[in-house]
Amino acid sequence: MSAAYRLEFRGVTKTFATKKGRGEPLVAVRDVSVALSDGEVVSIIGPSGCGKSTLLNMGAGLDRPTAGQVFVDGDLVTKPNSHVAFMLQKDLLLPWRNILENVELGQEIQGASKSDRVKRGTELLARYHLGDFAQHYPHQLSGGMRQRAALARTMAMNPDVVLLDEPFSALDAQTKLVLQKDLAQVLWEEKKTALFITHDISEAVSLSDRVLVMSRRPGTIIREMIIEIPDRPDPFKRRRHPRMGEYVTELLGLLGIVDGTLEDERKADA
Amino acid sequence: MTSSADHGQPSRSSAGPSLGEKIALALSRREVWISLGFLVLFLAIWEWLPPLAKIPPYILPPISAVFKEFFRLLHVENLFLHTGLTLIEVIIGFVLGSLLGMVVGYALGLSPMLEFVLSPYILALQITPKVAFAPLFIMWLGYTVYPKILVAILIVFFPVLINVLSSVRTIDPAMINLARSFSASRAQIFWKIEFPASMPNLFAGLRIGSTLAVIGIVVGELVGGNKGLGYLLVLGEGQGNTAMVFVTIILLTVIGILAYLAVILAERRVLHYMPERQIGPV
Repeated sequence: MSAAYRLEFRGVTKTFATKKGRGEPLVAVRDVSVALSDGEVVSIIGPSGCGKSTLLNMGAGLDRPTAGQVFVDGDLVTKPNSHVAFMLQKDLLLPWRNILENVELGQEIQGASKSDRVKRGTELLARYHLGDFAQHYPHQLSGGMRQRAALARTMAMNPDVVLLDEPFSALDAQTKLVLQKDLAQVLWEEKKTALFITHDISEAVSLSDRVLVMSRRPGTIIREMIIEIPDRPDPFKRRRHPRMGEYVTELLGLLGIVDGTLEDERKADA
Repeated sequence: MTSSADHGQPSRSSAGPSLGEKIALALSRREVWISLGFLVLFLAIWEWLPPLAKIPPYILPPISAVFKEFFRLLHVENLFLHTGLTLIEVIIGFVLGSLLGMVVGYALGLSPMLEFVLSPYILALQITPKVAFAPLFIMWLGYTVYPKILVAILIVFFPVLINVLSSVRTIDPAMINLARSFSASRAQIFWKIEFPASMPNLFAGLRIGSTLAVIGIVVGELVGGNKGLGYLLVLGEGQGNTAMVFVTIILLTVIGILAYLAVILAERRVLHYMPERQIGPV
């Protein structure tokens, strides 16, 4: 049944008690159903505060839905598990660990031996063009390199599902393009299933098989768009595709409408 | 006072690889010479100004008299014994006070319930001048080393506690979530994330604690006892021996500097991963 999907949100609603428990509880996301097949990359775009990050936390098992269920490989998600890994806008590299040790963190927590960790970490760093920086500390690296290291740390767990929460939004435009390409390649080659949250519409279109648009809070999926452009592992090529502009224009229109009523909601954040 | 010159040097010389090179590098800097010049000037003023201004030696003895008194005390009063005892008390008080501050700080940081329950009492105790406990401890424990160490423990405890607590409290929740997403246990989150993340704050607390430890010990010794530099202060005062008081003050300052430097050296080792400027000057 549900095992056909790698990651599935089934009728998920999340409410938060407001401050001091008075007043209406805050509905962050309402009745969201999303299902990702094996190897699929799906992006979610929407106004800020629409509960995208809440959705992601529930996918990672860090948070439980108020109603509905989340499944990974058909198993109900009740706590963090090794099938799912996530990556955030902040690289969250631990400043007291060098890059290799940072990449090892997940395996170390799960009790892998030192030699296995070093082997896997060294492999990944070489792959993400960080081979020469294994012994460097995070503050010695640029923002793009740090985010690459964070990607390596995420992949070190060999997760089936990768959750990405605006991982490139703090980077400069050129670095962002390069990292998008690296990510697209890795996801493709390793056949990872990924749920990608972003503000950047062209990023969403160029990296994904599908783009979902969320409404303002309470967030719910208001539109699904299947991106029928080939070459998913090569976002540069995709950006040049004639249909690219079509998708972007349509999504901009959708978000523009949503954006008009956004301002009053901006204070509260998911 | 003399410490102003000593103070500048370690931070300036910290960049070089070997000690000899560091010293050579330091001596090549003009600021170092100006700083040393300032020390010489200060000592000269101390030596020559009091006689010129007709300040009697029992008010302000010249530095040469203080030196003479130092050597006299070495023979007559067994100065090494007093200094050594005070130093050992400072070390023990500092170490125990820091450990206690760490344990309680992490415990409160990890348990919001405990913090809520205990914070008013901790605040009250923090406002209490800790040195006021010295007579009480002496009444309880007699003229031994224990009341002195107890005052030092109490006075070192708070800055360490507060710094550790605030670091655990202000840690980025996303960092905790990162560890949780790897299915880390509570103990793993503490040892792999919270504890190492608290190191910069812990050392800020230890720096403060290292100088406060000396204050705690001296007050304890002032209040009661017949050993230690605090006792020599009282003795010098009673004899109207101003030079002896100065000798003691200088030795106490040296102990304070040693304690502070020990913390700085440990900090440099532990926080080696941080950019140099963030560790800050000595």
